[in-house]
Order: sequence, then structure tokens, then C-alpha cells
Amino acid sequence: MEKWNLMAVVVLLGLTVRWTVSLNSYSGAGKPPMFGDYEAQRHWQEITFNLPVKQCAKFINPDWIALHSSRGYESQAHKLFMRTTVLIADLLIYIPAVILYCCCLKEISTKKKIANVLCILLYPGLILIDYGHFQYNSVSLGFALWGVLGVSCDWDLLGSLAFCLAINYKQMELYHSLPFFCFLLGKCFKKGLKGEGFVLLIKLSCTVVASFILCWLPFFTEREQTMQVLRRLFPVDRGLFEDKVANIWCSVSIFLKIKDILPRHIQIIISFCFTFLSLLPACIKLTLKPSPRGFRFTLVSCALSFFLFSFQVHEKSILLVSLPVCLVLSEIPFMSTWFLLVSTFSMLPLLLKDELLIPSVVTTMAFFIACATSFSIFEKTSEEELQLKSFSISVRKYLPCFTFLPRIIQYLFLTSVFTMVLLTLITVTLEPPQKLPDLFSVLVCFLSCLNFLFFLVYFNIIIMWDSKNGRNPKKTN
Amino acid sequence: MDTISVNRIVQNRINCIRRGSRTEPRGTHSTDFEVHRNWLAITHSLPVSQWYYEATSEWTLDYPPFFAWFEYALSHVAKYFDQEMLNVHNLNYSSSRTLLFQRFSVIFTDVLFVYAIHECCKCIDGKKAGKELTEKPKFILSVLLLWNFGLLIVDHIHFQYNGFLFGLMLLSVARLFQKRHMEGAFLFAVLLHFKHIYLYVAPAYGIYLLRSYCFTANKPDGSVRWNSFSFVRLISLGLIVFLVSALSLGPFLALNQLPQVLSRLFPFKRGLCHAYWAPNFWALYNALDKVLSIIGLKLKLLDPNKIPKASMTSGLVQQFQHTVLPSVTPLATLICTLMAILPSVFCLWFKPQGPRGFLRCLILCALSSFLFGWHVHEKAILLAVLPMSLLSVGKAGDASIFLILSTTGHYSLFPLLFTAPELPIKILLMLLFTIYSISSLKTLFRKEKPLFNWMETFYLFGLGPLEVFCEFVFPFTSWKLKYPFIPLLLTSVYCAVGITYAWFKLYVSVLTDPSVSKTKKQ
Repeated sequence: MEKWNLMAVVVLLGLTVRWTVSLNSYSGAGKPPMFGDYEAQRHWQEITFNLPVKQCAKFINPDWIALHSSRGYESQAHKLFMRTTVLIADLLIYIPAVILYCCCLKEISTKKKIANVLCILLYPGLILIDYGHFQYNSVSLGFALWGVLGVSCDWDLLGSLAFCLAINYKQMELYHSLPFFCFLLGKCFKKGLKGEGFVLLIKLSCTVVASFILCWLPFFTEREQTMQVLRRLFPVDRGLFEDKVANIWCSVSIFLKIKDILPRHIQIIISFCFTFLSLLPACIKLTLKPSPRGFRFTLVSCALSFFLFSFQVHEKSILLVSLPVCLVLSEIPFMSTWFLLVSTFSMLPLLLKDELLIPSVVTTMAFFIACATSFSIFEKTSEEELQLKSFSISVRKYLPCFTFLPRIIQYLFLTSVFTMVLLTLITVTLEPPQKLPDLFSVLVCFLSCLNFLFFLVYFNIIIMWDSKNGRNPKKTN
Repeated sequence: MDTISVNRIVQNRINCIRRGSRTEPRGTHSTDFEVHRNWLAITHSLPVSQWYYEATSEWTLDYPPFFAWFEYALSHVAKYFDQEMLNVHNLNYSSSRTLLFQRFSVIFTDVLFVYAIHECCKCIDGKKAGKELTEKPKFILSVLLLWNFGLLIVDHIHFQYNGFLFGLMLLSVARLFQKRHMEGAFLFAVLLHFKHIYLYVAPAYGIYLLRSYCFTANKPDGSVRWNSFSFVRLISLGLIVFLVSALSLGPFLALNQLPQVLSRLFPFKRGLCHAYWAPNFWALYNALDKVLSIIGLKLKLLDPNKIPKASMTSGLVQQFQHTVLPSVTPLATLICTLMAILPSVFCLWFKPQGPRGFLRCLILCALSSFLFGWHVHEKAILLAVLPMSLLSVGKAGDASIFLILSTTGHYSLFPLLFTAPELPIKILLMLLFTIYSISSLKTLFRKEKPLFNWMETFYLFGLGPLEVFCEFVFPFTSWKLKYPFIPLLLTSVYCAVGITYAWFKLYVSVLTDPSVSKTKKQ
């Protein structure tokens, strides 16, 4: 079939799945007085439309039981409007970025590129959160993707502009900022700080500063206002973590109540140290040896480090890790598919709260089947396919019998999938015991956290042992 | 993984998501939900003697007995979901568990449809195939059938059980292709007692089985060899049909309820056209009548007092007269239908071409009945579109007829979904199916001449502006209040043109095909 017809079919399929999911319930549907993210977005529309800039940030009362009369407004027409805005934002920003990214991939056939688009568009996590739970993640992720695209294709200024827009849309994108910084800095170093590199550095700094000023201009009128905005964006007062999230602190607190033992500022310092220690090796390597391939993998490991160790992380932040993993889907299909399945599973308690069980099960299965058939993932589990060849060779210098790595990984995969399915079934069918009402959510988070730690180690190994991979001397990727 | 299972699983998954679209509590689901809930209630709570007399709800049981038994079997599973739905007096009852059960029952019974597709794919020869999986005729056929837009809309959104009924039909066709005639006849007999609309295609079955099965050999020039008639085969076929009918109607015959059953099955009191005109010949006839009456009024040729007040497009289903052209009675439509079917049946008798000829005759019977029948529902177009998919992967000429028929037929189903949330779904699915079918068939037949001439291309592209006008422009014009039926009228007439054209083209290709002396083609 002709290329563009196939691409059109794939995009239409993605759109159909998105709209069908959006016909379901949304976060906080019919649950006054707090409602949920849907009401939050509506509320923000209300504020920004009605109030002048000064009062936007000074709006002190965080409760949704606000003074305005349209709070808790729920109706069919309004739901349709909200859902349509998400679809249009997606169509304008995220989907073109995905298509362009996949078309620019090198060394794979057209059919594989289109299959790549299909799998990325079918990623259940983003669909369920944006079209089910209701958020506008596709805007920030789309801009970030434009940023990645620009920077990988040597359109550095446009790339950094797009990424600044992403950050100013949603501050969570700061998770991705370090790799961007290191990659661009590395490029400047490579070009030589005395000549071209310096020029590039100046140009980039100007672009970044200019875009930030442009976005923040209305809020710079008073210092207090700026501080208020910053306080809202980075709520350090809210504690190390909230609710149940699949990161280290929540998992450790099962055994050791960190929140109670350590004072607030110590918690911040510890979280800061762990985060930066875990992402430092990859970032340093990227600065010294910038390459688009290394950049993508560093995005994954940095975002994952932030997710696991940072302060006040929400379970939806896993989407910031999933996006870079989608980008490396064509290089390590098996591990990426596994990761994306776990990431969707880690949001299970949230999805169940929004009554999105059937859409999540269905989209996960559709995604899994799409990946399994497009990339034949079960055949790609050799050492070389898993990018672990150089690592295994290094280990074999000390342990000659270390040939069983692929098999271990396969067993781990089967165990992980089995436990995920089992836990899903249990959560849906059984009631938790009286004394431990959060048992199932905690188990989900704990299991996901273990998986994520494994992936952190795995991606860091790939990054650190990458240069010794003698298979592709030309780094055109 | 097997192509069909991949397709099926993905499709079923999407259907499951779609299920969620009907959980709104206030009447946004179609009446078909209530119809089937009522039938579950009737068959579960009342004795058999009451089934065809029960009239508490307006949606009385009007399908043959096998379907009633099917609902009875379902009701035994339903009671584990929600006992309340099985109460006959719970009109319009629709808890979320009821909806869940009904949706899953459709998905579950679709298993038969998938099996039938599997069998049909075995009957297609893949000689034209490229190396790629997606270019093989079997794969294309399975996608065209599984993802058929009309079936998805009607079964999984609008809610009916057509999936497994079409499964039965396609399975019986596949059995005839595989020369297992008795099984094919049996399956068709069973199908007739599930939904009697399939009577439309019964002539094709009857003549084919008589000609190609009861007469075991042909003369060299293809005409019938009278002395090769096999009484045994005729008797066995007759026995099968008799036994199935006895099983179905026997109990009601014993209860002396046969007239009541028949009156429920064939309600001729309804009008020539449904509230929304099915895009058939009578839609064109009605439109012509309207145009002539308007012209007549303008030119003062007609007396305004003589024109009946109720306009045919006001949405009421009743009997009324045409103003300029002669009125149409049920008998007239029957005669027209028979006259339209006759040439194809004659072809089947005098120029038998094996199972492929039978399939063409079947499609022509279905299309002719659609075009000339009394009170035809637009969903009946699926009766022609689905079997046509089997032919479409065989020859380029058939592919082009299929594309015209399916695109216009599917577009004519749009008025079935009229709420705003469903608008993106129907447009996206329609685009998905149309783009896929056109490009995959074009690729399959790329070595032959183009599938469409300029007229057909123009016509198909015209569907886009029509949709934009009907859904996006018209609601904001001033005509909406004065002439609210214009979008339906335009859709109906525009599609009727396309469907009639496809019917005509198919007839021409059947009549001009050279007859083949050997009947063993597949």
C-alpha cells in the first residue's frame, strides 16, 4: 500500500482510539466537592479568562469550593467541548511531531517507520491520562518532542525554543532539561569554545532567555507576584510524596517512615543528592560525547532518575519517562515495550479511581499486540539486540560464564507481566483487608518501583558502555 | 500470529472501549437496547405460548422463533448481571450492568463471525499475492470484513446482533464454495429462522442448489442435463429445510399460533419508506414526486387543496399517497422486486458458473430487494456489502463495484448516529475504512486498469462536501427550522444514485460474462 495512505490509516486509528476513550468517564466525574483534574482544567480556564493577570497568581484559596458560581459545572456539552480541545491540541502539536520524528529515523524501512508511528500513537498511558483522566499532557510532550527533533537534526535554536515553550507550559518538563543542556553544551564544546562553539553558546542562551522573558513578562511586574508563581509551581511545602506513587521514597516508607523520621529540609537535601548522583554519569558522558542516540538514552535515564528520587512526584510524571522510551522503541523494542507496559500499570490505582478499567485493559492489549507484531519483539532478545553486547563482553573478562543475560531478562519479563496481570485481577475482584485499605495500591507502586529500578540500571549500562559498541562506527543516528 | 486473530483481537479491543460510550443514563442510547432487553424479559419471564402475544412494550417480538430461543439462552446468563432487566414491566430499564452484559453478548457472539471469515479466507486463492502479508487477498478480505464500518456501527454502537447472523450467512456461503452443499443448506435454513430478512436471498440459494447440486452433471455446452437429476439429493435438501422449520415453527403450530407469529413477522401496515428513507429506488421515486409537485404548484398545474398535509419526510411512519406519480402498494413493490431478481436467477440457471456465480446472484438478489422492497431499512445494505467483499478481492471490476457500493452504503448509515459525541467516531471510522479499502484494493489490482473512471471518482469525492454541508453548515442556516428534513433527503437521494449505479454495473457484468462450461471453478 502506498506510504501516505498507510500513514493516514495509522493516524486515523490513533485518533479513533483516543476519541473512543474520551467517551468514558473523566477524573472526578460527579464527585463533588473536590471533583478532579477535569474540574481543575475548567477552573483554570475560568480564572485566566475572567481575572486579570495580577490576581491570577494571588488567588490564595486553593480549594475548589471557590467563590465563583461555575464551580463543579458538569454537562454533556461542556464535556464534549473539553474533550474536543484535547483532541485538537493533540492533532496540532503532538501527532505531527511523532510523524515527523518517525519519518526522520534512519536505517529502517518505510513500513517499520509507519509501524513505529502506530505503536507510539497507541501508547496507552498518554491516551488514558489525556483523554480519560483529562489533562493536556500532549501539548507539553509535543513541544518537548519538537525540541528533541530540532536538536537531533541540528536545528538547535528552534529545538531549544520549542523546549522552552514546553517548560513554560508545564514545569514538569524540567525533568528533561538537564539532557538538553548537556547535549547542547557538548555540541558547543565539540565545535570548539574559541570559535563556532562560543557563537552557538551565545545564540542558545539568548534564545532561551528571550523565550522565558516572553512567557513570563506579564508576571514580572512585582517581585511578590513572581515568588507566588514560583511557590505554586514548586510546592515544596507539600512534602516528599503525596498519595501512592511508584518511586523510591514511597516504597521505602513502607518499611521506614521517612516522612516522620527526617525533618523537611533533610528530606529535600537527600532527595536532591540521590537524584543528581544517579543522573550525573550519563549527563557527563553526554557532555563529553554528544550524539543524538546518547541524547535519547540520557533523556530516559535522567527523567527516570528524577521520577524515582525527586520531591513531590506524581504518578502521572511517568509519562515524562515514557516519551523518550517511545523514541527508542525502534532501537530496543523488547525492553521499551516492557517499560511502557509497566508504566501504564503503575498508574492503575489512578485509572481505577476514574473508572477507566476497560479502556486501560483494552488499550494495553491493543498496544502490546501492535508492538509484538510490528517489531517481532520476542525474537529480538539476543545480547546484541538488547544493546548489551559490550557490557557482556566486559563482564566476561572477569566471569567467563556470563552468557545467560538474555535468558535472565526473558524470565524477568515473564515474571513481571505475570505479577502485573495477577495484581490487576486481584485489585479489581477482591476487597482489601480492613486493616490495610491501601494494600493493593501500595503493592502496585512497590512492584512498579522495582521494575523502574531495574530499568534505571539497564539504561545507564547502555549509556556507559555505548562507545565500546564497535558495530556502528558511524554515528548518524 | 495468524492474520485473522490479530485483526480480531485488535477489533474486539476497540469494541470494548466503545462500549463505554453508552453508559450515559439519559436516553442517549438507541431504542435497540430496549428492544433486546424487552425480548430478554419476555423470553425469560413468560411461557412460550405468550411470546408472540406479549405487548406490554411497543417493541414486540418480531423475529422468528430461533432468535427468541437465542434471547432465552442469553437471559440465563443475564440474570447473573442484573436480575431487574428481566422484568417485562421494567420499560426502558438500563443500568450500567445491563449495558455491560448486552455489549459483551454482541462481542461474544461475534466469535461465529470471525470463524466464518476464517472459512471464507480459505476459499480465496492467493495466486495474485505479493510477498507481503498486507498485500495478500486473504488479509485484505479479513480486514474488509472484520472492520466493516457498517457492521461496527450497527452492531457495536447502535446495537444489534448482526455479527453472528452474518457469520452464519458467510459460513453457509463458504460451505457452498467448499462443495459441502448439505451443510450450506442447513446453515441457511437455520439463518432464515433467526432473521427472516434473509428471505431476500433465498431465491439464489434455491435455484443454485437445484441447478448445481440436484442436477449432478452438465452437457458440454453448459446447459442442464435433465437425466442427471438426483432425487436423493432433492429429497435430502427438502428434508433438511423441513426439519429445521419444524423445529422452529412446530411448537407454535401446535399451539395454533401460526397466524399470529406470521403477522408479527411481516407487519405490512408500515409505510413505503422508513422515517429516514433508505437510499433505494423509492427514495428517488419520492424525491421525483416531491420535485414534480413543487413544480406543479409553482406552475399552478396542481390544486394546493388536494395535496395531503403530512409530508413524507416529516418523520412519521404511516401510509399515504404520492401526489403526482402513481402511489405504490406493497404488491407493486413485490412485483418490481421479482422482476429485478428474475434476470439474475435465470443467469444462475442457464449459465451456471459454480459458487462464484451463485455469490453474484445472491448479491444481486439482496441489492434488488433493497432497491425495490417495501419498508426497507438502510441497514439492509449490509446484506449486499458483506458478501460483495468476497468478490472484491477476486477481480478488478468487482473491486470497483464493491468500493462504490460500500462507500455509499456506509455513508447512508450516517444518520443512524446523530449525537455530537458520536460525530468524530463515525467520521474517523468511515475515513479509516474507506481509505484502507480503496488503497489496498488499488494496490492489489495495480497492474490492471484504474478502478474508477472520472465520473465515479467525482461522485465519491462529492460525499465529503455533502457531509460537511449536512452536519456543519446546515444546522446553522435558517432552513433548519423550516425544512428540517433536507439533510436526510439529500443523503438518501445522493446515496440512492450510487447504489443504483452499482447495482446496474453488477448486473451488466453478470449478464455479459461469458458462460463457462465447467462448473468446477474453485
